[in-house]
Order: sequence, then structure tokens, then C-alpha cells
Amino acid sequence: MIIAERKPINEILSMVADAEKILVLGCRGCVTVCSAGGEREVEILASLLRLGMQKQGKKVEVLEGTLVRQCDREYIETIDHWKGKYDAIVSMACGVGVNFIANLRPSDRVYPGVNTSFFGGSAEQGVWSEQCAGCGNCVLHLTGGLCPVARCAKNLMNGPCGGSVNGRCEIHKDVECIWQSIHDRLGRIGTPEAMNVIAPIRDWSSAGHGGPRKTLRDDLTV
Amino acid sequence: MSFTPDIQAFCCHYTSQQTIAEGREGLKQDGMPDNITINRLVCTGKLQVSTLLKAFEEGADGVYVVGCPADKCHNIKGSQRAAKRVGAIKKALAELDIEPERIEMFHLERGFHPEFIESALLMNKRITELGPCPLKGEKK
Ligand code: SF4
Ligand code: SF4
Repeated sequence: MIIAERKPINEILSMVADAEKILVLGCRGCVTVCSAGGEREVEILASLLRLGMQKQGKKVEVLEGTLVRQCDREYIETIDHWKGKYDAIVSMACGVGVNFIANLRPSDRVYPGVNTSFFGGSAEQGVWSEQCAGCGNCVLHLTGGLCPVARCAKNLMNGPCGGSVNGRCEIHKDVECIWQSIHDRLGRIGTPEAMNVIAPIRDWSSAGHGGPRKTLRDDLTV
Repeated sequence: MSFTPDIQAFCCHYTSQQTIAEGREGLKQDGMPDNITINRLVCTGKLQVSTLLKAFEEGADGVYVVGCPADKCHNIKGSQRAAKRVGAIKKALAELDIEPERIEMFHLERGFHPEFIESALLMNKRITELGPCPLKGEKK
């Protein structure tokens, strides 16, 4: 899922400094799972905004709402409930949510309540780690299911680099050398020869360096 | 002008046994200040960050949580979770430039102990010295 983290409260306060009615809008998707922008965090941010504004002697009304997702048109439509009741929206969804509101509500002021960072999973309670970089040309079938694009500090396609010690990355000692793990895993699953395959120079054109990517599924469009 | 802080205490069922046993009058005789409101909970682990923030919004000058000793919580990790949440609020208060000491976590033995009153007196002294909370919350 997409991992995000609440922005420092003062940063958010300065975005909405001249707003008098704020809608804090959570998302029940990814940001709920990583405890950054679900219903609970909406309550907390709303409270902190009220406290921060009170402290500055400003009057503010803070509405709280949470959508099923902020990355779908039909859910964004439901913010019409609050029409006229807010003059700024602080979206606690990932950046996708903020963009969607900005796309669909051209005259609404919408601000990000979180910093969106990576595609990851929950490694243990309260810890999330990056697993995929969304490169658009997946190689996991060659690497035993472990991603060198996202998880090798040098993004090597033919590893390991030679610097790892005891299975740890030489850049970050607390991170496993993913190429060591790929090697060990290929052996365990009975395909050690896959290590001998030299990966050709990667085609990064699918990785988002040429502007926004788009996926069109003909079978789904109407 | 003398200042009497509004202090909200959130105590779990077990650490607030003293309250239950003695009642308001008994506690007062032990030295419990009048301006501390005790909110009893089944377990401090149930406390939400937003509940504690609301207390400030509603005009509290100080807030504290009393839960079981970290390794002896009736619900295993309840008071550890509460301590984490109190820590998160300290951070948020500091971000807003409000003294983080206005909120505190205490881990106390269950049952009948003078520490229960001591923590109340400590908070009362601390918050009285800090003065009114700069948040100008609406009084309840
Ligand atoms: S808006 Fe972002 S956080 Fe919410 S469901 Fe969509 S992708 Fe996930
Ligand atoms: S190869 Fe690309 S798509 Fe596949 S897991 Fe790695 S970053 Fe993600």
C-alpha cells in the first residue's frame, strides 16, 4: 500500500492560516492502514488545528469527514455534502487524493495533510518498509519475488555489489542486502541457476521519467 | 491573582481503586485537590489521542493519565500504549509551542497507595506554576 506520514502541524497551520472553515478529510484506503490519514487521524488533526488556531487567537470551524477512497471520482462527489461549509480542505489521503480533489473541484482550495512516501508493507506493528518502486516493468519472476529495484540501495540488477557484510547492505547496516537474500532464496526454491543470468541494461522508460504514466484497460472502459 | 488550574486525570479501573474505595470525601481528606477531575476508564490502553486532546480543547490546563506499572498492566500492554499516546501528544504540544509537561503519564501500583495522591499533587503544583494553558479553550 501507499505509505504516508502526517506533516508537522505548524506546516499545516500555515497552509490554512487564513481559512475560517476547514474540512479535514480522511481516506479509508491505504492511509488508514498505515495510521496516517484515517478517521482517527482526522479527529487528531482536527483537534490540533483547533488548538493551534485557538492559541493564535483565531476563530476556526473544523469539519471532519472521511471518504471510502479519495482516488475515485464517485467518492470525491460525496464531498458535495459539505458544499459551502468549508473554505479549505486538508486532505489526509496520499498525494493521489489531493490531486483528485484538485482535478475535480477546480475552485476548491485543497492542501496536503500528509507526506506521501512509498509503496510498502507493514513489517511489524508500527514499522513500514518499502517493497516496490512502481517501476512499471516487474522483474520479480527473475529474483525470487524480492525486488532489487526498490530494495537495493544501488538499484543493481546484477548483484550483489560486493560490499555487503553478513547479509547486510553496505550503505545501511540495518537493511538486508537484497541481493544476498535473492541468492539465498533462489537456492532454497531450487532455481539457483537464475543467479547466472546477466540482466540486460534496464529499460527505464516505464518508470515514470517521461511525465505521468497512464493505464488504460479497454476491457473496463465504458 | 491566584490561579486554580483545571486538571483532568484519566485513570484505569485498577489504579483508581483508591477513588472507588474512599470516594471524593475520603480522597479529599488524603489531600486530593478539588480541582482535579478524575475520569475513570476500564483500561488506559483504551484512551484515544483525540480524547486527551479534547480535554485541552474543553479548557483543561493540564491532563494526566494514571495506568498500571508498564509490566503489570491488567490488560498486558494497555498502560504502555497509553504512555505512547501521551508521548505523541507531548510532541504535538511542543510543535504548537505549548509546554509538553502539561500532559503526563504515571505508572502506579494498583490499589491503595499514597502515590496516587502524590501524582495529583505533583501535577497540581506543576500546572499551577505553568499558569493557564495558552490555548484559551472554552470552559466546560
Ligand atoms: S486516495 Fe491514496 S490513500 Fe486513499 S485509497 Fe486512494 S491511493 Fe490509497
Ligand atoms: S521490479 Fe518494479 S514493479 Fe516489480 S516490485 Fe520491483 S519496483 Fe515494483
